[in-house]
Amino acid sequence: MQSYDSLAAVQAAISTSSLTLEQLVNNYLHRINANQHLNAFVEVFVDEAIQKAQLIDKKIKNGTAGKLAGMVIGIKDNICYKNHKVSASSKILEGFTSIYSSTVVERLLAEDAIIIGRLNCDEFAMGGSNETSYYGPVLNAADTTKVSGGSSGGSAVAVQADLCLAALGTDTGGSVRQPAAFCGVVGLKPTYGRVSRHGIIAFASSFDQVGPITKSIEDAALLLEVIAGKDEYDGTATSIPVPNYSNELNFNGKARIAYLDETLNSEGLDPEIRALMQQNIDLLRADGHTVEEAHFPLLDYVVPTYYILTTAEASSNLARYDGVHYGYRSPQAIDLESTYKKSRTEGFGLEVKRRIMLGTFVLSAGYYDAYYAKAQRVRRMIMDNLNEILSKYDFILLPNAPTTAWNLGEKLKDPVVMYLEDIFTVQASLSGLPAISVPVGQHSNNLPIGLQLIGKKFDEAGLLSFSKILLNINKKA
Amino acid sequence: MKIDRNVVEKIAHLARLDVENVDESVADMSRILTFMEKLNELDTSNVEPLVYLTEEVNAFREDVVKQEITHEEALKNAPDADENFIKVAKVIEQ
Repeated sequence: MQSYDSLAAVQAAISTSSLTLEQLVNNYLHRINANQHLNAFVEVFVDEAIQKAQLIDKKIKNGTAGKLAGMVIGIKDNICYKNHKVSASSKILEGFTSIYSSTVVERLLAEDAIIIGRLNCDEFAMGGSNETSYYGPVLNAADTTKVSGGSSGGSAVAVQADLCLAALGTDTGGSVRQPAAFCGVVGLKPTYGRVSRHGIIAFASSFDQVGPITKSIEDAALLLEVIAGKDEYDGTATSIPVPNYSNELNFNGKARIAYLDETLNSEGLDPEIRALMQQNIDLLRADGHTVEEAHFPLLDYVVPTYYILTTAEASSNLARYDGVHYGYRSPQAIDLESTYKKSRTEGFGLEVKRRIMLGTFVLSAGYYDAYYAKAQRVRRMIMDNLNEILSKYDFILLPNAPTTAWNLGEKLKDPVVMYLEDIFTVQASLSGLPAISVPVGQHSNNLPIGLQLIGKKFDEAGLLSFSKILLNINKKA
Repeated sequence: MKIDRNVVEKIAHLARLDVENVDESVADMSRILTFMEKLNELDTSNVEPLVYLTEEVNAFREDVVKQEITHEEALKNAPDADENFIKVAKVIEQ
C-alpha cells in the first residue's frame, strides 16, 4: 500500500480517482491486522469505518464532503464517542459504553473524518510509557523492545506505523508530545482552554488538553482548527476565535528563540540529544533567527509541583468510580463500604492507586498547606518565569525528553525515576502554554528524537508555522 | 517525609481503597513525598496560589431544562439495575 503523509495527499489521490476512501480504510484495516503485536489499538471499528468510507466517497463525488473527508483517525481510549466503548485503558471501565460524544469527536465527525478505532494508553493517562495500561504496553514500531512513550502511546504508534493517518491524544504533562517524540511524529499540546474537555475522561482538569498526533504539521493545524473553540459544555474552553491555522502556515520574518541553559545542560540529557539541540540552534541562527540563552532556575521544581497538583486533581476526579453507577463492581461487595473499597481496589491498577493515595494525602487536613497550596504557589512562579521569557522571545526551544524511548520495563520499578522523565514537558502544562514536539532527528540507536517548542498563550498559529521552519532546516541539513 | 502505617491506613480509608501491602505503601509514599518536599527550598511567602489557568469570565446561558440522557441510557452502564433503579448491596441494617 502506498503510504500517505498528509490529508492533502489523500485528497489529491482521491480527486484523481487513483484512490477511494473505502480502499484507504481497507488498507489501514489490513495494516492494523498485520501489526497487532504493537498493541496500539484497544478496539477497531471495522464495519462502521468501511460503511462511513462508502458514504463519504459518495459525498466527495457529490461535492458535499466536509473538510476532513479522507481523514482516517484513531482516538485515545479516554475520548468518549457515543455508543462506543471507552475505558481509559482501565479494568474499572471495562465494558463501559459512552452515552454521549465528546465535543472533539462531534467536531471531527461533522467534517467527515472517519474514526477507525480507539487507541491504547496508560491507565487514566497516568504514565509515560504506556506500561500502566490494563491492556498491556504498546510497542515502539521503530524497535519493538522499546516503549512507545505515553500516555498516548497507542496514538503515537498508530501514526508511526501507518495504521491510520492521524490520532487524537490527550496531554496532561507531556502525554501527546513525549510519545510523539519517541515515535518520530508530530504531537501538539494546545494552550489550556483552546480545546474543549467535554467528554474526555478527566485526569487532572487544570492540565488536560486534547491534541493531535500527525505525520505533518499541516494535518496538526487542520485538526486543531476543527476541534478547537468555544463549547457550551466546557466553561474553560475559551471564546477567543479560532484562526484558520492551516492557512497560516507560512512563518513570516525571523523569530526570536530562547533555549534554556538549565535544560541544555541538564545532567540526565542524552549527549546525542544535546548535540542535536546545539545543531538546531546553529541551523536556526544560520537561517537568520535570533537564538539566545535564557534561564529557568525552577527546572528542578517542575516535576514535584506537577505531581502534587495532578495527583490531587486525580484523587478528586477518580472519586466517581465507586462501583455503583457504572464500571466495575467487585463480586465481594456486600455493603456500601465494601462496594466502594473492593471495586476500586480491584478495578484500579497499581499506578492509579498510588496517585490517588498521594493526591488524597496532599489534600488531607494538616498537609494541604504544606503540599497542595505550596505547589499552587510554585506553579505561579513557574508560569511567571516562562511568560517572562516569552515576553522577550517568540518561542522556547528545548528537548522533549532526556532520552530516546527506553526498554520495556526499564523504569517501572521506581516511580520517582519514571516521574523525572517528564522534566522537559511538564513546565508548559503547569503554565497552560502551547507546545509541540517536532521530529527532527535520529539517535545512533536508530530511535527518533523530537525537539520541543513552547509558544505564547494561544499562539498556536505561530507555533505551527515555525515548526515547519524547524522541520525544513533539518531536512536541508 | 517519613509516614507511618497509621497514616497510610487513614489515607486509604479516605480514598476508599484497601491497601494490599501496608509496609510497601509506607516506603513508596514516603519516598515520593520526600521528593515532593523539594518545594520547601523555595520562598513562596509573597506568591499567590495559581488556581485557574483560564482567563475566561463567567459564561452565562439561559437555564433551560434539557433531557439529553434518557433513563434507559443512564442505567445502561450500571453494574446492576432493574428497569428503574441502580441496585446496590443492602445498606440498611435490620
